[in-house]
Amino acid sequence: MPSFPDPEAERKRIIKQRNWMLGGLLVGMVVLFYYITIARLGG
Amino acid sequence: MTSVSTPGTAQSAPLPADWRDFFALTKPRVMSLVIFTGLCGLLAAPVSVNPVLGFTAILCIALGAGGSAALNMWWEADIDAQMKRTAARPLPAGRMPRESARDFGLILSLISVLIMAVGVGYLAAAVLAFSIFYYAVIYTMWLKPRTPQNIVIGGGAGAFPPMIGWIAATGEITLMPILLFAIIFFWTPPHFWALALFVETDYAKAGIPMMPVVAGQHSTRRQILVYAVLLLPLAMLPFWIAGAGVVYGASALLLSAIFLVLALRVAVFRQGVGETDMGPEKRLFAFSVFYLFALFAALVADRWIMG
Repeated sequence: MPSFPDPEAERKRIIKQRNWMLGGLLVGMVVLFYYITIARLGG
Repeated sequence: MTSVSTPGTAQSAPLPADWRDFFALTKPRVMSLVIFTGLCGLLAAPVSVNPVLGFTAILCIALGAGGSAALNMWWEADIDAQMKRTAARPLPAGRMPRESARDFGLILSLISVLIMAVGVGYLAAAVLAFSIFYYAVIYTMWLKPRTPQNIVIGGGAGAFPPMIGWIAATGEITLMPILLFAIIFFWTPPHFWALALFVETDYAKAGIPMMPVVAGQHSTRRQILVYAVLLLPLAMLPFWIAGAGVVYGASALLLSAIFLVLALRVAVFRQGVGETDMGPEKRLFAFSVFYLFALFAALVADRWIMG
């Protein structure tokens, strides 16, 4: 018998993965803006 | 849209798009060329750039290119579905709704311009904003489906990154960034028309008025040669006006001469021949990619070697 992925489990996996990506991007932006501020203050 | 159905049950709700589909919307291969030329513009400028601000500028150029690419895919989903080369993209393959691509493109574009304005400078941000508008609206929505000169006009969009990189570094528009823009602008038609010559049937099927489809192979080959002839003196101009040194000048002369010979083979020796082998066209296309990488690498090497 072929096995089929559970759509609900698959949906949760994709959304969880996307949330991690988005969270990572937001943290990256915070770090970037911190260093931009330091760089601009330094002239 | 992607959906997984359970046997014996009704079709389930579509699954949300994977992050890889969003990444694919940004046309990563095109973005690599954009990042490279943008970085070259930044590094070739006659000023030293703070590494953080330099990184920010390149990031913004990449995000802007990704955003405009997503908008391009949103607008051209129906055309992409008709072409073998593009049918597997997220929208024609049905892996995400069209609105998601549009929103993703708009958000990326907006973020790129805002960070460029806040972090790097208003002039670079303004040119970046115009380049996104140029590619997504002027080229994709307006002129690409209407004129066989679409590639010439589209070349302008690809020509912005080194200009933006230079402006990000110096904060001003001078002759050199305009020349860098012009080199890519004149390089684009022979590059894409060489490709269009051997994927002609695909463009014809999608109804895109590519030059070989509308004007015929004879005219396209002649125009490839015209642009290759113009490209040689244009590529030499940074050397002649003393914007670049002898390392760049020698490289530009050699690379442009080879480009011209390959274009000659496509244009002169194959006119009127009912050939099935597209070897010269494929060689010109492959060399054109190398040409641009090598020319801009030479520009940066020249700046770092000659000072």
